Amino acid sequence: MRGHEVALIAGMTAVTFLVRYAFFALGDRLAFPPLAHRALRYVPVAVLTAIVAPMVLLPDGAHWQLDWHNAWLLGALVTGLIAWRFNHLLASITGGLLVFFLYRWVVGG
Amino acid sequence: MPHAPHPRRRFEIWVGARDSLPMLLGAAPFGIIFGTLAVPSGLSALGALAMSLFVFAGSSQFIALNLLAGGAALPVILLTTFVVNLRHALYSATLLPHVAGLRQRWRIPLAFWLTDETFAVVQLRYAAPDLSPHKHWYYLGSCLAMYGNWFLCTLVGVVLGRSIPGLEHLGLEFAMAATFTGIVVPMLRNLPMLGAALAAAAVALAARGLPYKLGLVLAALAGVVVGVVLEELREAHARP
Repeated sequence: MRGHEVALIAGMTAVTFLVRYAFFALGDRLAFPPLAHRALRYVPVAVLTAIVAPMVLLPDGAHWQLDWHNAWLLGALVTGLIAWRFNHLLASITGGLLVFFLYRWVVGG
Repeated sequence: MPHAPHPRRRFEIWVGARDSLPMLLGAAPFGIIFGTLAVPSGLSALGALAMSLFVFAGSSQFIALNLLAGGAALPVILLTTFVVNLRHALYSATLLPHVAGLRQRWRIPLAFWLTDETFAVVQLRYAAPDLSPHKHWYYLGSCLAMYGNWFLCTLVGVVLGRSIPGLEHLGLEFAMAATFTGIVVPMLRNLPMLGAALAAAAVALAARGLPYKLGLVLAALAGVVVGVVLEELREAHARP
């Protein structure tokens, strides 16, 4: 492992553990303000969407690709549709992957 | 100390692990995908295993890979880890009344191993009407099962990634995009959530040129603010 990797893992370990341990350590001396409660519920949607949107709409990282030749977009749409309709995570991922790889195999993109 | 005989505790460990089985199956593919994607993303094989061993937080491990591949700066990765893991503080706040009587040598490992899955299983056990004094052994059983499973799956992924050359050109990163899409879409059942997602996407796209992946931090912030504001507006509207 290189130096920056050690720093990365040590840092992530410390941050993750402190977040999980804070309440167990301090007990009732720590309280969550109601606004923080509310804001936290939007974190997963905000972070994950912020990661996915550029991956899917600019698969090469530089150019917009908003057409049917974009296997990423197609796969993500299928994943989203299955997730919306059946609310089953693994099924939606499998469906999306299947469409993604089939499309790339057929079209050769 | 009026402890029940040891078999009782061992039984709680076993049941905790057994009740976590569906969660183990659910987490396994992600552990394997994480291990497979780690090396192409710029983490060493040892680094991937160390991350699963020490950080032990699936979603932030995935996000770290994504950020690493995009050349993000360390503070951005750590800040994102913090924000993404904040929900764990909610879990530990919820479980606090149940662990408040335990010594720190129990609380420290139980905090380290606290994940979404274990929380889901353990809070049900604590809510059960029986007054067993050994429910923390159940908690421990769930933790050990999840931890062992996550590490082994990471190992399998790393080995797979090494033995199948060119795996990174297959477009396996799509598995990550699909995972995140599958998690997000069912959450978009109300206007504030939808607004949060749209705002986050728009800012992420507009700010994607910023260095160190700072755009991600801005986008997450925008999404959260829009979500909270829309929720407040809706409530103000609903009030007579």
